[in-house]
This record gives sequence, structure tokens and C-alpha cells, in this order.
Amino acid sequence: MCVKTNPDPQMVRIKNREPVLEAVPFKLGDLDKNALETAIQLRDAAGGKVVALTVAESNRKIKETVKDALAMGADEAVIVDDPAAATLDQAAVATVVAAAVQKLGACDLLLFGEGSSDNYTGQVPSRVAEKLGVPQVGYARKVEAVEGAVRCERSMDEMIETLELPLPAAVTVVSEINEPRIPSLMHIMKAGSKPTQVWTLSDLGLDAAALAPKQEVVSNLAEEQDRKHIVFEGTAAEQAEAFVNALVKEGVVGR
Amino acid sequence: MADLLVYSEKIGTACELAAKGREFAQALGLGVSAAALGTGAAAQAAELGAAGADRVFVGEDQALEGWPADSVAAALAQIVAEADAKVVLLGSTRRGKELAGRLAEKLGAGAVTDVNGLELEDGAFIAARYAFAGATVAREKVGSDVKVFAVMPKTFSAEDATAGAGAVVTPALQLATGMKVVERRAKEGDTVSLDAAPRIVGVGRGFGKKEDLALGDQLAEALEGIVGCTKSLADFQWLGEDRIIGLSGAKTAPDLYLSVGVSGQVQHTVGVSAAKLIAAINKDKEAPIFQMADYGIVGDLYEVVPAVIERLKAV
Repeated sequence: MCVKTNPDPQMVRIKNREPVLEAVPFKLGDLDKNALETAIQLRDAAGGKVVALTVAESNRKIKETVKDALAMGADEAVIVDDPAAATLDQAAVATVVAAAVQKLGACDLLLFGEGSSDNYTGQVPSRVAEKLGVPQVGYARKVEAVEGAVRCERSMDEMIETLELPLPAAVTVVSEINEPRIPSLMHIMKAGSKPTQVWTLSDLGLDAAALAPKQEVVSNLAEEQDRKHIVFEGTAAEQAEAFVNALVKEGVVGR
Repeated sequence: MADLLVYSEKIGTACELAAKGREFAQALGLGVSAAALGTGAAAQAAELGAAGADRVFVGEDQALEGWPADSVAAALAQIVAEADAKVVLLGSTRRGKELAGRLAEKLGAGAVTDVNGLELEDGAFIAARYAFAGATVAREKVGSDVKVFAVMPKTFSAEDATAGAGAVVTPALQLATGMKVVERRAKEGDTVSLDAAPRIVGVGRGFGKKEDLALGDQLAEALEGIVGCTKSLADFQWLGEDRIIGLSGAKTAPDLYLSVGVSGQVQHTVGVSAAKLIAAINKDKEAPIFQMADYGIVGDLYEVVPAVIERLKAV
């Protein structure tokens, strides 16, 4: 299963419309934890092994972050960490992930979160599936192993769909699928002794040219939202009084 | 002549893309193609033509049933080649977003998903999307020969579209899918339209159980508004899908958006950022929703909402 670590979005502050990332800790994506929980449950029900695969990008404490996945229950971790891969676009991440999956050998199921907690592009799982030539289902809210296949349920518009993919396959999950477990102290202690491999791009037969960006971010600034940010204090009745008075003054109620 | 290609499994979204796509295509000296895929897709050709498509590529292959990402991407890649498309505009619906990465990879293309603003600057597309969970707006440029943009529904309007020739093309598509549809069943639920509502009460996971949503209904009633929700409440099947606000639901622009028990994840707030006035009731003073609110009440919704309802009665 694939995890992405990203700057904790709750900790990103904005200064002069610019996001401030210094000192923002990296953590596993929330949906990545759902995907990991799915993988652990499938392993416990159907056997196999859960490998947590991640690309370090600019996370300099990647080993610590990945330990969270091992503590939750992944059997092994693989980290792709290379200075030449510190900033990657989605196509490049997919290239690295697909190469790492191929190096790992027979992977039956690739599990991802439907998007990352920071940028949520949702591109990497689809790109990896295409690179590896495997079928995919996105947005699964139920995943179960059936003979030689994986069966997924998802909610799409006005329909509930039940879909089956022959293995190997790629699946992304949504947050409703489960409640990711919180590892016990014992599991956290044991995580450090689980096998963790660190691969470079050359281990994967890739070079910087293979990861040349196909797109660039021209600017990334906070939206100029002119909001008032008035917070009412006091008892519920006092808050309600001040709040409704404000709505009346704004002309949105009482006219 | 090279083309700009538009596709969405949602005909309304596809028409929006065709209408705006025609403007872009004219500025760039491109033709406009549309793809209509899936069972009964041929019936969409006239509408796509009226919305601006010169050519409509129709694919009704069995492998497109249920719109699997693998076969739809394969169909579009073949159409891109036949139409010599340089730009592909997709709808950033769930299916469209899933498709975008797969298609882009097939085409060796860069792609931007969840685009909520697309414009030409000196002949180059600049696509805007939220980043850092909505804290910022990233403006991105795609450098590959073919460019893929998945644009959120209702970013463009199909009104006042200039019609194209709408010539139907039936390409010989080579398609297969690994996805088997075991079952598709309709959800139960009510139907409402949030698009034009002047006042919306947005409910989120701060509500502990389905029955408690009655409080949200009462608040909406007191405001003469409509209840909308975050996606998770629809996923719990507490409310119908048509009440979802955000990336996977309605993009609204009410006079008042009052959120109750909504944390303010970007997938939701992108659907209300155009509201004239945003207010929030949430017990967590750090909730991101307060960063985009005009008025906020930090408190227990089970105490605050009845007090607000009571006070509204006196207006």
C-alpha cells in the first residue's frame, strides 16, 4: 500500500499570503491511514503482507513518519529517498511509485487514499495504475478479497456501485471506509525493529531526466478572501443575540 | 487542424466545457471536439454541438459500461490521436478526476485536477486550484505537448454558447476493461437544489447522530433557507447526495452560508467560498471554517443552535 507524508495542513500558516512551511511537521495523510487500515484488515482476513511504500520528497524525517505506518500494523516499509527527487510533480511521483512496486515484485493490490491531505490532486493512483497496466477503482468505501479478485463498493452520484477487479489491481479509499486504529505503546515500540528499506533513484533504474516535470506551479498564494472574522463570545444566549443582530444588520434576515 | 477536446460523463458539465472550450479554441486557432461515451451516448451529440462542439466523437462500446477509468482513458486517448487534440478539458467530477490521471499518463501529459479557474495568459493556460487543504490557491502551468485539465462543474456556463457544427464521428475504438460491474443500485433520497438557494445551513460531522439533524432543519426553517451538508453526512446516508456542498457536490453562492458542526475541509468549503456572508458554529475554535467566516460562534451546537433559533423567532 502506498502512503504519502505531507506537511500537516493544520499547521500551515499564511504570512503575507504565502504559506509558511518551516517547522511544519510532516505526517501521514488522513486518507493514507484509511488505506493502511484497509490493507491491515485485508491481510488479517486473507493473508499476505502489507508493505508501506512512500516517496520521501522533502520530508527529512521520513523514517520517523513511516514508523507510524509500521506501528499501525504494516509489516515492512520501503522509502524512496533521493536528493534528486525532493520536489516532484504527480507524474514523477507515479513514475517512482510504479518503479518501486515493480522492484518489490508480485504486489496483488495497490491501496491508496483517494487524495492527499495537502493538495488532493488524486492523480498518483490513476497514473500508477496506468503505468503498471492494472485496472482501478477509486473512492471505495468497502473492500473485500474474493477469489483472485478484489470487490469494492463505492458511492457515485445517485448510485451505489459494487465492482470487481481481477488482481493485480489498484484501489483508492475514502474516509468512510473505516476508523484507522491508534497503535498501542507496545506496537509503537516494536515498529522500530520492523524491516525498513531505503532506495535511491538509481536503485530503481531512474534518473532525474525520467522525473522531469510536466507542469509547474506559477504561484501559490492565499486567496484574497475579504472576511470579517468576528467571533462572538459569552453564553449561548449572548452569542445568539449578537449573531442574529449582525445578520439583521447585514440584511440577510428580517427583511 | 488541431483540436481542443472536451469530455464529461455528465452532459451538463460537458456542455459547460464545450461552451468555454470554444472561446479558448478560437483564441488558439483550434477546433472543438467533444467525446460522448457510454451506452446511449449518441443521444448527447446534438446538445454538445449546440454547446460549441464542431465534432462529437461517439463511443458506445460495451467496455465503457459503468465508465471504468481504464477503458474511458483508452477511448479518449484514441480520440485525442484522431482529433489531434492538444488540450483536453474534463469535468472534475469523481469519475472525471479518477480519469484525469490515467488519461494524462497515457498521453505523457501533465494534468491539473479540481480546476476552479482556467484562463489564457499570453497563449498559455493557467489553471487555478486549491492547495494546502484550501489555505492557498495554486496557479499551475502545464508544459507537455498535450495538456489535461479537469475542471470543476459550474466553473463555466453553457448559457449563451455559440453552436458548433456538431458533426457526429464514430471512431473504431479498441477497448477493454478489467473492471466488472457486479451491481449498480439507486440510492434512496430526497431531491433539492442548492444552486439558487439564498440562505443555506450547512451541517457536518459535529452532529452526533442522524436524528439530531432536526436541529439543522429547524435552523434552516427559521432562516427560510435550505439544508446542505458535507460529503461525509451523505456517505453516512444521513442526507441525500443532492445536499452535498463542495468538490463532489454543489458550488453555491448564497447570501448567507451558515455552517453548523462543519470543520471546514477544503473539499467542502470550495462549494461556499463565493457566499456573500459566511458564518460558522463549531465547538473547536481552531476549526479551519473560522478562517473563512465573517461571523463565528465557538460553542456546543446543541446549545447554540436552539438559542439562535429562539432569537431568530424574535426578528
